[in-house]
Amino acid sequence: MNELETTGHRGHEAIIQSFRTRPAVRFIPFIMGGDPTLEATEKHIHALARLGATVIEIGVPYSDPLADGPVIQEAALRALQAGTTVRGLFDLVRRVRAAGVTVPIVFLVYVNTVLRYGIQAFFNEARAAGVEGLMIPDLSWEESAPFREAEEATGIALIPLVTLTSRHRLPYLLKDRTGFVYVVSSLGVTGTREELDKRLVSYLTEVRKNTDLPVAVGFGISQKEHIETLSPHADAVIIGSHLVSHLAAGGSIDDWYKTLFA
Amino acid sequence: MHSHTPAPDLSANEERAARALKYLQDVRPLPPQELQNLPDDHGHFGSFGGQYVPETLMAALYELDAARRTIMSTPAYQDALRALLTDYVGRPTPVTYAARLSEAYGGEIYLKREDLNHTGAHKINNALGQALLAQKMGKRKLIAETGAGQHGVASATAAALLGLSCTVFMGEEDMKRQELNVFRMRLLGAEVVPVRSGTRTLKEAVNEAIRTWVQNVEDTFYLLGSAVGPHPYPLIVRDLQRVIGDEARAQMLSSLGRLPQVVLAAVGGGSNAIGMFYPFLSDPVGLIGVEAAGEGIESGKHASAVNGGSAGVLHGAYSFILQDAEGHILPAHSISAGLDYPGVGPEHAYLAHTGRVFYTAVTDQEAMEAVYDLTRLEGILPAIESAHALAFAKIIASSTSGPILINISGRGDKDIDTLMAHDAKRGV
Repeated sequence: MNELETTGHRGHEAIIQSFRTRPAVRFIPFIMGGDPTLEATEKHIHALARLGATVIEIGVPYSDPLADGPVIQEAALRALQAGTTVRGLFDLVRRVRAAGVTVPIVFLVYVNTVLRYGIQAFFNEARAAGVEGLMIPDLSWEESAPFREAEEATGIALIPLVTLTSRHRLPYLLKDRTGFVYVVSSLGVTGTREELDKRLVSYLTEVRKNTDLPVAVGFGISQKEHIETLSPHADAVIIGSHLVSHLAAGGSIDDWYKTLFA
Repeated sequence: MHSHTPAPDLSANEERAARALKYLQDVRPLPPQELQNLPDDHGHFGSFGGQYVPETLMAALYELDAARRTIMSTPAYQDALRALLTDYVGRPTPVTYAARLSEAYGGEIYLKREDLNHTGAHKINNALGQALLAQKMGKRKLIAETGAGQHGVASATAAALLGLSCTVFMGEEDMKRQELNVFRMRLLGAEVVPVRSGTRTLKEAVNEAIRTWVQNVEDTFYLLGSAVGPHPYPLIVRDLQRVIGDEARAQMLSSLGRLPQVVLAAVGGGSNAIGMFYPFLSDPVGLIGVEAAGEGIESGKHASAVNGGSAGVLHGAYSFILQDAEGHILPAHSISAGLDYPGVGPEHAYLAHTGRVFYTAVTDQEAMEAVYDLTRLEGILPAIESAHALAFAKIIASSTSGPILINISGRGDKDIDTLMAHDAKRGV
């Protein structure tokens, strides 16, 4: 607890430390919290931690996931049908922390979930449960002031998302940010894609000019070749829909890891 | 009042009427300078509105806002739009004095006849304005959402007229309920894409339109149909719909020499209502927005975001919405597909919050009765949406002293199936 109280940016520091200590190729998996049950999510977190994930991203299921494609929409629906709640997910993080999992955990949560809970209350609870960061896909920089105040007060990193259409906005989007930068690698919603956008590699260079934070790239990554192409230019790859659909089809985390990284 | 409703509803009537009359006795016009800041540069109406969208859309919203400022204010755009509204849509629409309805309801009732627009509703005002903007921005592809199909038909019409492509997203459930409009849109050359997620209605159609826009943001224009969504949409829609109120205000002044005492409009997302109300905000005129109470707000089956909802984010704006304790969006219910939406435009949220506009709600049943009233007494078949405003006029008319102006936002031909089903149940 002492450490919590003395470290203003506990979330930020834990994330940076994890990027430092994990070797290439670093990966950030996304799984939907409570899909199909909280017990399954708990097992998956342990498996992903064992495989050396740099950060684990947990989706907080939402009724109207505007930034998500069909795979993650369906995962959210399964999780909601199983009765998954925000509190249930905070408790889940408490359990895996108690069981010794130290990998940074980031929640991907829609803005209305946080507003309904109360911004400060949500950040406080995240900190108390052992969450390091929040990624809010429908929170624009323009509306982020009260969220950044809560970030400042709790040391929970508010992970910036930048996209191919953000080029002119990078200087202010990335000013004074914490955690890591999530580079959305294709236009559109989450989901697997055959080809990466051709502008991506040069864009990653552009992003680096505007930040010292680790840069992770995601949205649409589904093939070994994508990872090979991106690895020299990014600090980590984020993989969501590919993993979620693999799990939904009954596959195991270990098999999934082998198809992309072995 | 010759109502068939049982006693508990009568007392609810009296309570609604009493609150409305209290409001009418103390109408406080907004100072004109306050309108300057409605909204601010980022689309905030007080604490409502804003831009709660994925980063991918922000550049597009800035582009749209820049186009709004640089294109929509030019004489070239204004003249082109005015010509279309006059020669193609048939504006100005008349204000009709409803003599027999006035006698039956016990007030002095005037109707703003948006039902007489080409395509049968106010939606065309906005669809043409945005399509014209898209054309001037060099975007050849329109996408739109639709619930009842009215905005979809208006968008498909505008696209046909201006030679643009048009894709309309429509919930699969709504497609079943509104087969005729689906066919009409296809006839106009639009592609209608069924949306199969969630409740398969308007809410999901908007989600899917936004997702598609995110994916094709560089060459596609999203033609949003109501006064909702992220900035600058609520502002654009209001500016394109205010023609309703501007005309009506001038028509009342020239024919009666005075302003109405009260103006009523139905509120779903709120485009016809904001268009009607906006020019009256600084006048000493009572403004009443009528939401859909569905089967009654207490039943949980309603679409009253102001009267039965709470503040939150839906489709990119902070406003009043229907949500549960965890912030999940709840399904709306209304017999009128055009009001069947779990949110309301952010400017309405602000006007409700400040008390400038009074928001109330009427049930499916009350709205249906009003459809019959207007049809039988005036020979005008209103959209069930518009009938919500009529139904509340019925409740307060006899207690008013000045002219009542009601926005008939659309005609009811599209509702024939619903009316026939209702008629069968009613045993007429």
